[in-house]
Amino acid sequence: MIEIRGLEKYFGALQVLKGIDLDVAKGEVLSVIGASGSGKSTLLYCINGLEPIQKGSVIVDGTDVHAKGTDINKLRQKLGMVFQQWNSFPHLTALENVALAPKIVKGKSKAEARDIAEKQLRHVGLDDKLNVFPSALSGGQQQRLAIARALAMEPTYMLFDEATSALDPELVGEVLDTMRLLAEEGMTMICVTHEMGFARDVSDRVAYFHQGVMEEIGPPEQIFGNATSGHTRKFLANVR
Amino acid sequence: MQETISFFSGFTPNDLWFLGEAALRTLWISALSITIGTILGGVFGWMLYEGKLTAALTLAPVLDIFRSVPLIIQLVLFYNFAPIVGLDLDPFGSGVVILTIYTAALVANVARGGIEAVGKPMRRAARSLGMSYWQDMRYVVLPIGGRAVFPAWVGVALGVMKDSALVSVLGYVELLKASQILITRTQEPFLILAIAGAFYFALSFPISRYAAKLEQRWAQ
Repeated sequence: MIEIRGLEKYFGALQVLKGIDLDVAKGEVLSVIGASGSGKSTLLYCINGLEPIQKGSVIVDGTDVHAKGTDINKLRQKLGMVFQQWNSFPHLTALENVALAPKIVKGKSKAEARDIAEKQLRHVGLDDKLNVFPSALSGGQQQRLAIARALAMEPTYMLFDEATSALDPELVGEVLDTMRLLAEEGMTMICVTHEMGFARDVSDRVAYFHQGVMEEIGPPEQIFGNATSGHTRKFLANVR
Repeated sequence: MQETISFFSGFTPNDLWFLGEAALRTLWISALSITIGTILGGVFGWMLYEGKLTAALTLAPVLDIFRSVPLIIQLVLFYNFAPIVGLDLDPFGSGVVILTIYTAALVANVARGGIEAVGKPMRRAARSLGMSYWQDMRYVVLPIGGRAVFPAWVGVALGVMKDSALVSVLGYVELLKASQILITRTQEPFLILAIAGAFYFALSFPISRYAAKLEQRWAQ
């Protein structure tokens, strides 16, 4: 379970998160929507400790992410993350991309890491690309590779930061399908997304962020059909 | 009747052997300096990258001095003044020290560029997988950044190898010094300098060919 309490985050003088309270239970799929600059991506970075916070707390399975004594590298193994830019390691093949972290972080043997990588690449439908370098893969394939790479650490949670925003329109579908598959398998997911269809169909809950505040959170039917906040309605009217 | 004494004698096959040995000394002093200098330069480059302001105020000016003062001046100054502070190094030792620092000063900026070439998003992706700072450095930044600046590094290495000729002013008999000795004896500067040039080429060419091959392989 992820518990966020009174989270405040500043970039210099600019406050990007203004006191966020949010619980995400195991097995839940939460979509986070909102305009650019509303703080939704920053929220993800604060959850896995890639950005320090100024106030409040983020607790993952009972461990305070931002506490001094926390072994953040160990904790991050629970929190798989997929970025807008897929960031495949260009010097490694697809298989090596996925096998690297299990090998060096978890200390798996070469053969074990290879098995894990093969399994996860099959999982995302890239089993025919094992020995291909990322430069020979399409954006959608590279993003699925990034998902496989995160899954190889056997995380409990997956954080998606606008995983489809940088993709050509015709490649969005394959990545969303992969995310849908994970959701069906019961993975706990927080998806920052601009894909309203995905948010409506797949999520258990949808949160709307506006200027660093979580304005509204609820089941998709409520957010998309009967939002109480004026900001939410206006945002949804504009993206449709 | 007295025979004329000849002060000069022609170029013999033995002299070729002499030049070959000198070429090996050039190779040895260069390889040593480039290797140590690259490791040191890598550390300096990392300090420039991570240290930001502190490094910019302390390390960077020192490196600038070694980069801008002509190597020949550095060599002569160091060789003559080091004994004053109790460092009694022979020409070879002095040459290695100065060439190493010179290499390090050049490589430092190459190395910093290499670290900068790996974007923050890439490094965050690595860290998000649970890699530590040093694992990220070793398995992501080094291979990706290293490849990005490899051509620049090869340029530095080849430059230092040719600049090692300047150690001849200290009396170390490397390729250039050996040529001078032979020229004095044979009075055949064209032939001998051409041979010395061919030796330098023979040392550099395989390196640049090999480097080009590596780049080609990485580019696939």
